[in-house]
Amino acid sequence: MAAPRVVIVGAGPAGVRAAERLVAAGLRPTVVDEGMRAGGQIYRQQPPGFTRRPEELYGTEAGRAVAVHGAFAALAGRIDYLPETLAWNIEPGLLHVARDGVARKLPYDAVILATGATDRLLPVPGWTRAGVYSLGGSQVSLKAQACAIGARVAFLGTGPLLYLVASQYLKAGVEVAAVLDTSPASARFKALPLMASRPGLLVKGAALMWKLRGVPILRGVTPLAIDGDDSGVTGIRVKDAGGREHRFAADAVAMGWHLRPETQLADLAGVPFEHDALSGLWMAQVQADGRTAVKGVYLAGDGARILGADGAEIAGTLAATSVLADHGIQVPVAEVVELIGRRAVMDRFRRGLLRAFPWPGHLAAAVPDDTLLCRCEAITAGELRRSASDLGAPEVNRAKALTRVGMGRCQGRYCGPAGQEILAAARGVALPEVGRLRGQAPVKPLSIATVVPLGVEDA
Amino acid sequence: MGLVIDGEPATALAGDTLLTAVLTNGRQLRVSEFGDGARAGFCLMGACQDCWVYTEDGDRLRACSTPVAEGMRIVTKGATWPRLG
Repeated sequence: MAAPRVVIVGAGPAGVRAAERLVAAGLRPTVVDEGMRAGGQIYRQQPPGFTRRPEELYGTEAGRAVAVHGAFAALAGRIDYLPETLAWNIEPGLLHVARDGVARKLPYDAVILATGATDRLLPVPGWTRAGVYSLGGSQVSLKAQACAIGARVAFLGTGPLLYLVASQYLKAGVEVAAVLDTSPASARFKALPLMASRPGLLVKGAALMWKLRGVPILRGVTPLAIDGDDSGVTGIRVKDAGGREHRFAADAVAMGWHLRPETQLADLAGVPFEHDALSGLWMAQVQADGRTAVKGVYLAGDGARILGADGAEIAGTLAATSVLADHGIQVPVAEVVELIGRRAVMDRFRRGLLRAFPWPGHLAAAVPDDTLLCRCEAITAGELRRSASDLGAPEVNRAKALTRVGMGRCQGRYCGPAGQEILAAARGVALPEVGRLRGQAPVKPLSIATVVPLGVEDA
Repeated sequence: MGLVIDGEPATALAGDTLLTAVLTNGRQLRVSEFGDGARAGFCLMGACQDCWVYTEDGDRLRACSTPVAEGMRIVTKGATWPRLG
């Protein structure tokens, strides 16, 4: 049998480990990376010429970051690496990519989609002001550009990243105005049994909280508004768990509620989806070993399940072993069993995190009518509600056609999760009943000139 | 590095993204086409597309993922009609 042609989309921890495992088996995979250098978002590398040490960039995860970068560097010459390349569509056996305005098609026998995740957002009045950033973006700014988003920054949302990024800003010399967590303090204790699956991480969490001593931390908050003027942010207002209003002066706000998987390519490939009640997210159906119901399509990393960077490494290796096994290349059973066992621990912790820091769907559903829901085209939450009440939109894709919420340039990445809650509440139905925004190609905007010219070269 | 932002000369550091270059020269990156005011990027990882600026020739650039280059001429206020060809 000829060696299978394997394409990996993404060069974060999952993509890198998948490539490494395939190379170890004698294959030469193609790695498509939208970034300029491997590492993904979590282990994003600074531009050439920047000289901060890994310990400064990645903190306690420096060892892992260096290992992932090293593993990828060691693959040079044994993989085909396509940096700054967007995978924008997929059909059976063909991945469509584009770089520098030139589109081409990559034929594949197997494709591993390691597309990662982006922040999950909740609209707050004023969240479109200049100076409000996603939590992940705020971290990228520090890591990749050595820039803070402001001189006095407030952090709003929930999840471990909220506290992690706040502590990183503090360490960088930025004033942290407040950490405003929508999760009640009590949730953390209920989640302890699940989170005890990774005691090392609990210790890291405790160390993180120690670093943040002295910073105002409010739990169980309801966001009220991000204040500002024409040029940017001036402060943030929240209501605490007891109903008392607080205002913190700030010139920037970082906000995010965990991550949401990037699933557009899996969707376009025909992978079935399921609604995950714990996270409130629609997820691609994937087995622990990365296999999907679609032959030749495998998923790994946060794009499949949000297991974090070390979980993504495991999932990447696992998906590669599945590709190998499906093409008659022997994989030691013990290797797969061990990886699946380690993945299960990560998944248990994932469920604990979601209980400790729950997605506040009720807050999304209660966003005021005049708040912008769609950042791309300035469409309000009220307009989406009216598509349900006045126009009878039964689910999100119909509502999108009526209101354009989810049709803008981010293609629903930032309005989608909250939009589902708003529509479900407006219709008085359970969240899964309003469905999910279907992925559309191109999965990110392309110049029409990239796609339209005739005689597009086939790889 | 030297670049021109809305007709004004500006400087940036090698390794800066265009977004960093513009925001170290002012508080806002662009103006929403839908009339709701100033924007300064949001996701910083190429997903939200809230950081589009244009070259004086009309080419669209995603500022958060475009490295700044010597002599770039950028328009952030009132986009030029996009170049279609």
